[in-house]
Amino acid sequence: MAKSRSIASRVLKDRTFLWACLIATNVAIVVLAVLLMSIFWQGWDTLSWKFVTSFASRKPSEAGILAPLMGSVWVCTICGLVALPLGVGTAIYLEEFAKRTWFTKIVQTNIMNLAGVPSIVYGILGLTAFARMFGVFGTNVDDAITLGNEEGFFFLRLPFGSSVLAGGLTLMLVILPVVIISTQEALRAVPSSLRSGALALGATPWQTVWGITLPAAIPGIMTGAILSMSRAIGESAPLLVLGGLLLVFNTPTNLMSDFAILPLQIYNWAGRPQDEFHAIAASAIIIQLCVLLLFNGIAVFIRQKLQKPLQ
Amino acid sequence: MKIFRSLSIASLTLASAALIAAAPQESADLSKLKGAIKIDGSSTVYPITEAVAEEFNKVASKVRVTVGISGTGGGFKRFSAGEIDIADASRPIKKAESDGATKSKVEYVELPVAYDGLTIVVNPKNTWCTSLTIDQIKKIYSASGGIKTWKDIDASWPEKPIKVYSPGTDSGTFDYFKEVTVGKDGSIRSDMSVSEDDNVLVRGVSGDENAIGFFGCAYYFENKGKVKSIAVDNGKGAIAPTTETIENGSYAPFSRPLFIYVNKASAEKPEVAAFIEFYLKNAAELAAEVGYVRLPESISTKVATNWSKRRTGTQFTTPEGEAVTGALAQVYE
Repeated sequence: MAKSRSIASRVLKDRTFLWACLIATNVAIVVLAVLLMSIFWQGWDTLSWKFVTSFASRKPSEAGILAPLMGSVWVCTICGLVALPLGVGTAIYLEEFAKRTWFTKIVQTNIMNLAGVPSIVYGILGLTAFARMFGVFGTNVDDAITLGNEEGFFFLRLPFGSSVLAGGLTLMLVILPVVIISTQEALRAVPSSLRSGALALGATPWQTVWGITLPAAIPGIMTGAILSMSRAIGESAPLLVLGGLLLVFNTPTNLMSDFAILPLQIYNWAGRPQDEFHAIAASAIIIQLCVLLLFNGIAVFIRQKLQKPLQ
Repeated sequence: MKIFRSLSIASLTLASAALIAAAPQESADLSKLKGAIKIDGSSTVYPITEAVAEEFNKVASKVRVTVGISGTGGGFKRFSAGEIDIADASRPIKKAESDGATKSKVEYVELPVAYDGLTIVVNPKNTWCTSLTIDQIKKIYSASGGIKTWKDIDASWPEKPIKVYSPGTDSGTFDYFKEVTVGKDGSIRSDMSVSEDDNVLVRGVSGDENAIGFFGCAYYFENKGKVKSIAVDNGKGAIAPTTETIENGSYAPFSRPLFIYVNKASAEKPEVAAFIEFYLKNAAELAAEVGYVRLPESISTKVATNWSKRRTGTQFTTPEGEAVTGALAQVYE
C-alpha cells in the first residue's frame, strides 16, 4: 500500500515536471506569436513591392525602405564574411593548436569579457579604428587617400569614414566574441577519439582539423553564426555612433558607399507622430525578419551541405 | 554717342534676357549639380530636412544628400570638427560647441527654419483644468513645488493624485521646457514617468484621467482626440497652442525655434548653396506638412537676408559669451 502511494506521487511529480517544462516552452512561443501577429496585423496592408523598392519620403504612402534594406544587407554580408573566418580561425587555434600558456589564458579571458561589452562601446571603437583610423590620415574626408573610381565597384578610401565597410567591420567586432566562443564549444564537443584516430592514421594536424574536426563541428559553428548574425542585423547603437545615416537616396555601390540601416529606420518611423508611419514601421519589421530569415537560411544551407555524419 | 547708346541697349536687352531666363535656368542648373551634402543632428528637425532633401533630390538628382540623426549634441560635435556640411539643431549652438568650431576654423551661418510648440496636455476626461499659468506649470514640474494632487494647484480642483509625464531628460524638448520653467539652474521633479518616445507619453496621458504631460506640437496635432491641450497664461491671458498662436509668438514661452547650421566653407560649394536656398524657400510649407509651424514672414525674411549676407556666428550668445534667452522674434535681427 505504502509502495503504491509512493509510485503515484512519483508519477504525479513526473507529470508536473513535464507540464512545467511545456508551459515554459509555450510562454516563449506565445509571446513570439502575439508579437508576430500584432506586427503582421499592423504592417501587412502597407507592405508592397513599391515599399521595398522606393526611397524614404515624408509621405508615409510613398515612403520605402530600399536604402536601409540594401544598407543592412551590405553591412551584414561584410560583417559575416569577415567575422566567420576570423572567429573560426581564432577558435581553431585556441582549441586545436595553442598550448595552455599564460598568453592563451589572457586571450581566452579577454574574449569571454568582450562578449559582455555593450555594443555601443564597439561603436566608439569602430569610429576610432575604422571610420577615422586614429586620425592618421587627417579628419577631413576631402583629403582622404583614394584608390579606384568613386562611381565604380572598386573604390577604397583611407580612412574608411562612415562607409559600409566601416559599418561591417564594426559589427564584426560586436559578434566576433560570440562566434569564437560558440566555435570553441562546437570543437570541444567533437570526440577526441576522432582526432586521435586521424592522427594515428598518419594525418597531419592540418588534415585532421580540415578533414575531421571542422566538418564534425560545422553544425555547432553554424548555430553560433546564426545567433550572431541575428544580433548583427538588429544592432543599431554601434552604427549610430559611427555616424549611421537615416536618409540616403542611393543604394551602396561599393565598399565606401554611405548607408542607412533597417533598425534605425524602424526606430525613427515608430517614433513619428503619425499613425501611418507606425504602420510602415511594422512593414519594415516584416522585411527585416525576412532578411534575418534569409541570412539564417544561408547558414542552415551551409550546415546541411557541409555536415558529415560522425559514424 | 551712337555706339554708347547701342551698347547700353544691348546690355539692357541682355540683362532682361537674363532676368527672364533666370527662373527656368535655375532648375536646369540644379539638375546639373553634382557632389555630396552631409547633414547630421537633431531627430526633431529630421522630418523637415528629410522633406526638403526629398524634394531637392527630385530637382537635383545627382547631388547625394545624406542625413543622420546623431542628436543635436552629436551633430554639433561632427559639425565643429568639419565632418559635415549642415547640422540640424533643436536648440541654439552652445558656447562650448561654438568655441570648438572656432578652434577647428569652422565658421557657420545660423538659420532658424521652423517653430515647434511645446504642448502641455491632459486627459480629455479632465474637465477641471483648461488653462495653467507659467507659475502653476513651474510648480507642477519643479522638484521643490511639492504638488501631489490637482487640489494643490488650485483649491477648487478635485483632490486626485497628479501623474506627471515628461520626455527623456536628454532630449532637446526637455531641455527647452526646463529652461523656460524652472530655469537653467533649477531642477525638475524626479517622480515622473519619462519616455524617449513621445508616442508613449501620448498613450500614457490618454489612458490616465489624472495625467499631465508635454511634448512637441506635432504629436498633439496628430492625437487631438486622445489628449486635451492646456492653454498657457503668461500674464496676457490664456493662449491655446494652435499653428497661428505658435507662429505669431503669442503662445509664449513654449514656441521653440528649430535651426540648421551651415558650414560657411561648405556654403561656397554650389550644391550646398543651392540646397540651402531651396531649404529656405520651401521650409515654411514643408515644415507645416510634417507637423511643425512655419516661421512668421518677418523672421523668415531676416533669415534669408542673413543667409545671403552669410552672416556668421550665433545670435544666441553675446560677444561676451553670455547666453541670450527670449523669444526668437526678439533675439533675431
